[in-house]
Order: sequence, then C-alpha cells, then structure tokens
Amino acid sequence: MSAQTAIRVTHLSKTFNQHRVVDDVSFTVPAGEVFGLLGPNGAGKTTILRMLTTLLTPSAGHIAIFGHDLQTAGRAARACFGVTGQNAALDEDLSARENLLIFSRLNGLTRAQARQRTQELLNEFSLTHSADKPIATFSGGMRRRVDLAISLITRPALIFLDEPTTGLDPRTRTQMWTTIRHLVAQGSTVFLTTQYLEEADTLADRIAVIDHGKLIRTGTPAALKEATGASKLVLTIADLDQVTPAAQVLATALEAHPQVSGHTLTTPFHTTDQVAIGLSALKRAAIPVAHLAVQAPTLDDVFMALTVGQN
Amino acid sequence: MTHSLFQNIGTMAYRNLLKTLHNPDQFMDVLIQPILFMILFGYLFGGAIAGGVHAYLPTIVPGILAQTVLSAASGSGAQIREDVDAGVFDRFKSLPIARIAPLAGQLLADSLRLLVATVASLLTGYCMGWRPNVAFGWVVVILLLAVFIGWAISWIYALVGLLSSSAAMVQSFSLMTMLLLAFLSNAFVPIKTLPKLLQIIATLNPVTYVITAIRQILARGTLTPTAGWVFLMGWGIVLVFAPLTIWAYDRRN
Repeated sequence: MSAQTAIRVTHLSKTFNQHRVVDDVSFTVPAGEVFGLLGPNGAGKTTILRMLTTLLTPSAGHIAIFGHDLQTAGRAARACFGVTGQNAALDEDLSARENLLIFSRLNGLTRAQARQRTQELLNEFSLTHSADKPIATFSGGMRRRVDLAISLITRPALIFLDEPTTGLDPRTRTQMWTTIRHLVAQGSTVFLTTQYLEEADTLADRIAVIDHGKLIRTGTPAALKEATGASKLVLTIADLDQVTPAAQVLATALEAHPQVSGHTLTTPFHTTDQVAIGLSALKRAAIPVAHLAVQAPTLDDVFMALTVGQN
Repeated sequence: MTHSLFQNIGTMAYRNLLKTLHNPDQFMDVLIQPILFMILFGYLFGGAIAGGVHAYLPTIVPGILAQTVLSAASGSGAQIREDVDAGVFDRFKSLPIARIAPLAGQLLADSLRLLVATVASLLTGYCMGWRPNVAFGWVVVILLLAVFIGWAISWIYALVGLLSSSAAMVQSFSLMTMLLLAFLSNAFVPIKTLPKLLQIIATLNPVTYVITAIRQILARGTLTPTAGWVFLMGWGIVLVFAPLTIWAYDRRN
C-alpha cells in the first residue's frame, strides 16, 4: 500500500506568528501521477512544498514520502525525491558542468559516475554548448534547465517542481512542458505548483486547488473545469443598436445568458459546436460581428466558481 | 549512509574553492591586504616605534599575521550569507547528506585560504628582512596556530552571517570588529604607549594573547603557557560557536 503512495499528507498545518498559512490540508498522491497544486500568490503553495521537501517543519499534521515519515525518517525520504525551486538555486560563479558535478558527488555518485551522469544530463537538456560558462551568464530558461537537471541526477522517483515556468517566455515554457512530459513518460511521479490553470490542465492528472491555506477542491482538470463553468465567447458588435437583438439571438441559440457591456457580448459555452451555432444564428439574423475572441476559463474563474460553490 | 560525511565535506570544500578560483576578488583582498600593510606599516612606523624597519619586524610580522587571519575569517560570514540568499543552502538541505557538511566544507575551504594568506604574509616579512632566530619547525607551528585560531574565529562570523538580515550588514560588521580587534591590541604598537582605558582594552583583547603567543614562540623556540591558553581558547570558541552556528543553520525551519 505505502509503496504505491508517493505522497501522503494528513491534516497538515503551518502557523507563522499566529497566522495560519496552511490550514488542515490532507491529500494523497499515488506513484506515477502528475499532481498539480494550483493557487494564487500567497495561497500557501510554496509553504506546502517547503514542508514536503523537509525545508520547513509542519506546525501540525504528518507527511510521508513513499512511506517514510518526514519527522522520523527525513533523510531516507530526501533520498527519494528531487526539487526544483522557484528561484533557480545555483552557484552563479560556477559553470553548469561544475554545478552538476558537485551535486552528483553530494548525491553519492563516484567521480567517474558523476562525470558520466553530468554529460548525460547536459546532452538531455541541450546544455552542451554552454556547459562551461558560468551560470551568471545564463538566461532564465537555461537556469531552469540546469536546475531541473540537478534535481534529476539521482533519477528520483518523485520530483517536486515549484512554479516551473513562472517568468519564462512562451517558447521556453513549451520546452519545459515537453521536458516534464518526458519525465512522466519515464515513470516519475511529479508534484508541481503553478498559478496557471493552463499549465495544470496540460500537465496534471489531478489538481488540488488551494486558497488562503485551505484545500478547496481536488479533482481531475475536467472535473475542475466543470466546476468553473465554461469558456466564454466574446463578440464585438459594430452597431450599438444591434447589441440587444444579438444578445437575444445568442440567448435562444445557446440557451445561455450573454453579458452585455457596450459593444461587447460575453456568452459562456461548453462545446466548440456551440460557437458555430451561435455565429450562424447571428449571420441568419444579419447582425455583423466586428471581432471575435474565445476566453478560456482563467484561474480567477476557478476561484470564483469554487469559492462561491463553497459558501 | 552509503557515502561518508568526510567525502561530503570534501566536496563542499571543493565547491567553495572553485568559487574562489572563478571569482577571486574577495580572496585577493585577503591576500593583498597583509602584503600591503606589512610594507606600508613596516616602513611608515618602523623608524618611530622601533628605531628601524629591521628592529620593528619581530613586532609587526606576528601582528600582521593575526590581522590576516581575522580578516580572512570575517569573510566567511559574508559568503555564507550569500549562499543562503541565493537559495543554494536550501538545496543542500534537501540532499541526503549530513546537515553539517555545507558549513564544515565552507570552513575547511576557509582554512586553506587562511593558510595561503598567512604564508603570503610571512613571505612578505621575509622579503623585508625578517629572519626568525628559531628552527623552521617553529615557524610552521605559529603558522598552524594562526590558521587554527582563524578557523575557530570563522565559526563566530559564520554565526553572524546566518543570523543577520543581509550580506551588506555582515560585511560592515566584519570590517568594524576586525579593525577594532586588530588595532586595539599589541599588533603594531607596545601597549604601554596607549592611554589608560585603551591599555585595559588592549590587554583584555584576545588578539593580544594570540600575538603574544606567536612572538614568544618565535623568540624562545618553545611552547609557552600563553600559547597553551590560546590553543584552549580556540577550542573554547569552537565548542561554543559550532553548536550555535549549526543551530542557526537549522533554525530557518
């Protein structure tokens, strides 16, 4: 049983100066799963992650990593996982190769093994060209790659990623996602925190939503989206007189309640077919559409929907 | 565990020395300062204090030696602070290694830096005409004593580095204490020339004892009681400050 459970968290709390940052959080991550912890800034994501990685001691509750209780077997637990933090924790003065070599040695590899593993990781993360330049000269994306490479030295069964793509440009973000998917394909369990719903959606099997230190809901991305309502179709109608008739047309065609604001109509929808239905209904009614946009549910929507649902 | 504590400490020390090699600015300060001071003070004050550079050298060489280990030791606080700020220590903490390894590695590397800096000071003295009247073995003894004391003191600065709020604060604290301890002692002038209050302070200053011990060994070619006390004082510092420093390192939990 415990062998199949990567992370078991029971009634975890953390209090800083009488301020409850994490409040009675419990969840279980089975081995092989990608588990996303989703929440806005200051929700307690990083605090939970720091407790999971033994950097903070919980005020109450228990954490077990692959069956090792962190309070009694912290060192055995630390041998099971790798961490990639929010700020790449690297030696700025040292090169990528030196950083990898030193951390390989600290992870118990022999000199020869360390050299070999370093070369493997440099290849895998396309860092061979800059391997011997100091980290201080690296871009944000390259730093993250070195950082991730370091946490993969021991091929850990469990990898913690703290906001792995925050502050990265879209291209680097996509590269990072590919790397993470590759890890998952190799059978690693991944625990990631993020503030992007899209990221949790593309990567995670299951998502826990957290706000003000409390676990609001745990579920698959699909279940979560169900709770958020839907995507929104945003239409701009050129002629102000036609906005009200357009709203009526959409309301009938989509069985929804469009929100009107100036020239803009915002209508929730569930399937892409509905977009086509709505647009052709407008065309039949001879109402020209000046601009069209589709809004995916944002983290705001998730919180609105979930917290409203709770109250 | 499968790999030994000593190997981890060795790796940490290696990391630290690599950093010094890649970014030698801070270490150059430690290295150039004693050479500069030795030349400057020797020729500037030698005549006034001892009637000549040559007669002043037995006074100033141990003085500069003590000042060198003090300033090198005070540098370790700032470096630890930088590592903490960069988040590198957090990563060390999540590794399956003993928690003392990063600190011990840093301080081991510091001892090597101390050794280089003290050798440089003595060589400068030699070039200026300093010739100790004792067997070479005793020169090695005072060198090791100086390095040991510097290593002990670096635990204090490591603690300061871990407890203070910023690297800049550590640096100014280090500089201030280093200047006070080095100059309010018998390092450069005979204590009896000082005003009464400063005489009391200088006599109580532990640096005075270190310098006295070094001078005695170099003059007599034997271990003196003062040297014994200094050795015990070094261990006293380590016994008090090493646990405190480790506590401060773990405290961030």
